[in-house]
Amino acid sequence: MPDVLPEALIGASLVTAALLLIPLVRGRRPGGVLFSLFGLIELGLLVLLVWSIVLVASTERDVDTATFVGYLLGAAAVLPLAVLWARNETSRWGNTVLIVGLLVIPVLIVRLNQIWDAAHG
Amino acid sequence: MADDLATTTRSGPGRLLVAVYAIFAIAATARSGVQIATRFEQAPLAYLLSAFAALVYVLATVCLAKGNAVSRRIAFAACSVELAGVLSIGALSLLRPEWFPDATVWSVFGQGYLFIPVVLPLLGLYWLRRTAR
Repeated sequence: MPDVLPEALIGASLVTAALLLIPLVRGRRPGGVLFSLFGLIELGLLVLLVWSIVLVASTERDVDTATFVGYLLGAAAVLPLAVLWARNETSRWGNTVLIVGLLVIPVLIVRLNQIWDAAHG
Repeated sequence: MADDLATTTRSGPGRLLVAVYAIFAIAATARSGVQIATRFEQAPLAYLLSAFAALVYVLATVCLAKGNAVSRRIAFAACSVELAGVLSIGALSLLRPEWFPDATVWSVFGQGYLFIPVVLPLLGLYWLRRTAR
């Protein structure tokens, strides 16, 4: 697995989740800066999706492809779904949905790396 | 009135509850789908249980999100089955590990998932009780 992008995405997701504590504590909805970060993370996840699929298609390793692509799709889908589900929430609880969505991303990326490492070619 | 109940069920803490349920519904469905499609013969009992758990999670997610009087009753049943499932499978996975060559979402009370599977039905039941009229 290419290291830089997955690690950057893990870091960005954790930092953004932590930043969401500010609107959570204040009882506000997340502002424009946070939404820009969501956009950047999502962009990175889409690049990771395409990149990793190309990688799996061209590798000699015996990767569990179905699970691998499943995690990739899950990682790319979770943030847009969280934003949609949090959108109509007027209370501070909308922020918790976004935090949980962001915390799922590092878990999925770590699992992706485990699947990749488990498949020694 | 009925709409109020639905809005109450899926708002505030309910918004987060449905989100976490949805994550488990999607994860369990995808995982058991892959397991049954690619290696069912390796652990048929574990994979069938995973599929059953996935079904319960989907039902609970949809019914909590819908939140009307009927779907709340179905959600209550789903959460109850889920609690019974995680407690019985959790205990069985410790007492009879040879029955489960591969883990299910409910093995060892959801240890592989930070024990969220055992807490989630309790929170679901509590939330349904608290938002009842």
